[in-house]
Amino acid sequence: MTRITVNVDGVSCTDEVEPRMLLVHYLREVVGKVGTVVGCDTSNCGACTVHLDGRSVKSCNVLAVQADGHDVTTIEGLSSNGELHPMQAAFHENHALQCGYCTPGMIMQAVDLVTENPNPSEEEIRVGLEGNLCRCTGYHNIVKAVAAAAGSMSSERTEAR
Amino acid sequence: MTAVDDRPTTEIGSARLRKEDQRLITGRTKWTDNIQLPGMVHLAMVRSPFAHARVSGIDTAEAKALPGVIAVLTGSDIADIQGLNITAWPITTDQKAPDHLPMVVDHVACAGEIVAVVAARSAAVARDAAELVDVDYEELPAVLDLKEAATDAVLAHPSLGTNKSAFWQLDSKAGGTGGDIEEAIATAREGGILIEREYRQQRLIPSFMEPRSTVVDPTGDQVVLWSSTQVPHLVRFGIAATTGLPESKIRVIAPDVGGGFGGKLQTTPEEFVTLAVARTLGKPCKYTETRSESMVSAHHGRDQWQKLTLAAEKDGTVTGLKVELMCDLGAYAGLVGGGVPVLGAWMFNSIYKFGAYQFNCTNYYTNKTWVDAYRGAGRPEATYAIERLMDELAAEVGVDPMEIRRKNWITHDEFPFASVAGMTYDSGDYEAATEKALGLFGYDELRAEQQRRRESGDPVQLGIGISTFTEMCGLAPSRVLGSLNYGAGGWESASIRMLTTGTVEVITGASAHGQGHETAWSQIVADRLGVPFENVEVLHGDTQIAPKGMDTYGSRSLVVGGEALVRAADKVIEKAKPLAAHMLEAGVDDLEFAAGRFTVKGTDKGIGLTDIALGIWTGHDYPEGLEPSIDADATFDPVNFSFPHGTHLCAMEVDTETGATTMRKYVCVDDIGTIINPLIVEGQVHGGLVQGIGQALWEGAEYDEQGTLVSGSFVDYTLPTAADTISFVTDHTTSPSTSNSLGTKGVGEAGTIASTPAVVNAIVDAVRHLGIDDIQMPCTPERVWKAIQSAGGTTDAAPVADAQAHFDEGAPNQDPAAGTTDGAGQ
Repeated sequence: MTRITVNVDGVSCTDEVEPRMLLVHYLREVVGKVGTVVGCDTSNCGACTVHLDGRSVKSCNVLAVQADGHDVTTIEGLSSNGELHPMQAAFHENHALQCGYCTPGMIMQAVDLVTENPNPSEEEIRVGLEGNLCRCTGYHNIVKAVAAAAGSMSSERTEAR
Repeated sequence: MTAVDDRPTTEIGSARLRKEDQRLITGRTKWTDNIQLPGMVHLAMVRSPFAHARVSGIDTAEAKALPGVIAVLTGSDIADIQGLNITAWPITTDQKAPDHLPMVVDHVACAGEIVAVVAARSAAVARDAAELVDVDYEELPAVLDLKEAATDAVLAHPSLGTNKSAFWQLDSKAGGTGGDIEEAIATAREGGILIEREYRQQRLIPSFMEPRSTVVDPTGDQVVLWSSTQVPHLVRFGIAATTGLPESKIRVIAPDVGGGFGGKLQTTPEEFVTLAVARTLGKPCKYTETRSESMVSAHHGRDQWQKLTLAAEKDGTVTGLKVELMCDLGAYAGLVGGGVPVLGAWMFNSIYKFGAYQFNCTNYYTNKTWVDAYRGAGRPEATYAIERLMDELAAEVGVDPMEIRRKNWITHDEFPFASVAGMTYDSGDYEAATEKALGLFGYDELRAEQQRRRESGDPVQLGIGISTFTEMCGLAPSRVLGSLNYGAGGWESASIRMLTTGTVEVITGASAHGQGHETAWSQIVADRLGVPFENVEVLHGDTQIAPKGMDTYGSRSLVVGGEALVRAADKVIEKAKPLAAHMLEAGVDDLEFAAGRFTVKGTDKGIGLTDIALGIWTGHDYPEGLEPSIDADATFDPVNFSFPHGTHLCAMEVDTETGATTMRKYVCVDDIGTIINPLIVEGQVHGGLVQGIGQALWEGAEYDEQGTLVSGSFVDYTLPTAADTISFVTDHTTSPSTSNSLGTKGVGEAGTIASTPAVVNAIVDAVRHLGIDDIQMPCTPERVWKAIQSAGGTTDAAPVADAQAHFDEGAPNQDPAAGTTDGAGQ
């Protein structure tokens, strides 16, 4: 067992883990962050996407020990002060989810996409989400939601200036 | 029933944002795998790597010795209590069906079957130990190809003596709904047009995003089973019917369920094994599958060879259609199983007026994963066949494919229409949907561009695909199901509880797994009872809370379950009326109900429904002879199916040098009757389209010659991604259904049913001038390229082959294109 300390959604967590434990299993089974889910076993689906030091990673593709000393943000840590993150709000307003299983990973990836590219085209959104599978929505409304969120995130930044 | 027009309409038709979303976008969802119970034991399955084998020995000693392992159980250990995975639809009384044991006792009939289970302190230990279980298999010859299965040369289940499960026929002459198909074919062969084709419906994997998971808590007397299922009520029935547990002791809960698409319309071996282990150990147990396990062990969909003969007059008027299906059930008959292809029986004739019709379906077992319902279930297969054939007929006649459809479809003034297959289509307007779609698509402009590209020899050719589909949904009138030998009914149930403080609880027997029932049901009840949308709470998916239900599949929840809801609401109003009269000191006949209030006609005296609920809760003052409650239950059994339809138009670009295809534009205009929530409807259409497009272009479950599923993960089973797809143009026309008072038709499967032929028709249309009249699905670049390369070699260079080979009795596939593709028969 290895002792790790990971800051998960703003809370410092120190735990003993097996070196082979995946970050997603650490989050779900040890920390109790069951909002992050597992959809495949080949790193294809992206359902487990979280942020590691502010950048998106598939948490099935990271060992828990690799997160030692780092910050992890999950879907449960995305909203602040009881307010939905603009991306969460946009998913709701644009009906960008149905069963909702891919949604946490999709939102975390979309936030990263817009952080990197504040004004993405439809093509850039589609390519940016290629690693996240959704079986319900046909992606149509997800693409719409990400474009809408990009707009509201950029106007928030303008107001903050 | 009150007239449709006098109900309040503030909520119905409004694009309400979903109530379900809040927990889903914040990670507060209750998936089965999230459940942790004190003392819970984790399970891992040991699965057969062989497609067909006899288990001659299992050594569990090493696995049992691993620290943290609690038990290792084999089929013989749980044989007495494991129950059976049932089939609800033996399509004939003499259907052959092998017993489907959740855990194999000695005979493995497909790869992925469970041969042992490990129970351990953690999922990781359970998986480690599963690797240590040593199983001796005697490998048996496996039958993997559907056409080979039909020869009985190798048997999937030697004990059955044959691979054939059942034969089922619908004949328009015998049924009195149309003419003699053989006559129509003979006439066409003499002086008309005969289109003979063989199409392949490849095997698909439903690929819901949430892997299946089951938690069982044997709490002394009662057993609680949580499962990621579409059908908690049917699971409860299956357990009670086969394990010896009394139904009254079983509580099945489907918490948040991450998609199903028919793939969770099943009683699964994993549920039953988890239940057996929990009962054996007396401890709560959890099993969650990996994706790789899901691909091979959750049921697959489609998998047919379709031999089709379309008879027409020289001008393109269709006179008859003969359908001969060979269907692969895989290793077992599933819950709906053999009935899935039969659901296509009424749909091959689609929106058209055919003089004669015959549907023949033969189901076979193979040593592959079992096949059952997948979005559309029987109807996508039928729609694909007829919409491809209509394009072939148009090519033969030499007219635009839309013209051939117009010539043959049912016109709007012919409804209600009795179809040649014996269905009565209640409403529809194919002309209106088509006109709207053509306009949105820019059909004429795209045809002109296609012509320009043909003339200039552009290496990238443009094709236009049409699919004017209908489907039957809203499963189903119970008496019809009974006449088809189906084992259950098709009714749905609803209850409404008027709580004391003004809110309303709605209990539905439908079991949502992403559809948005909580939102749409709230809208219906809010309108009907005149209560605020926010004050309605919808409860579902728990047999203890919603004890009666037939669950969610077959685009039935709204058209059947929604109508149950309407009837329960009307009963609430009826029950409240005498109480209102009593409270208002007025006669019952002097009252009118609107917007949640009873008022005395011609006065301003009135009382709200929620005030009556509070008053009757106290029970202090109510008339003699009445019960002190205005809560109500209703069970609705539909009298007919509903028949949504639509016109789907797809433009595909095909690079003739590489075989690559690109979707340029997709327009659909669907008529699904009255729309409760347009936002939810659009979402259903978008998602449905992409699943159908996935079948046309990318998806296929492929096996190797050993019977190993080689497309056994998301690496090899290529689901559409955001980067592969485009934004769609969707719109609607509205012909309300007459079989329910809301006028609704189902929409859950429409997109999937319609889109597959639209895409393939577009691809074939792009390269038809090269002498190609078919490309087998999925139309990968490799297959398209090979078809182009071999065109002219295996088919006439002329776009219309004037001397097509006719089917000979027992002859193999004569479709030239099928010979050019890999994987045929796999």
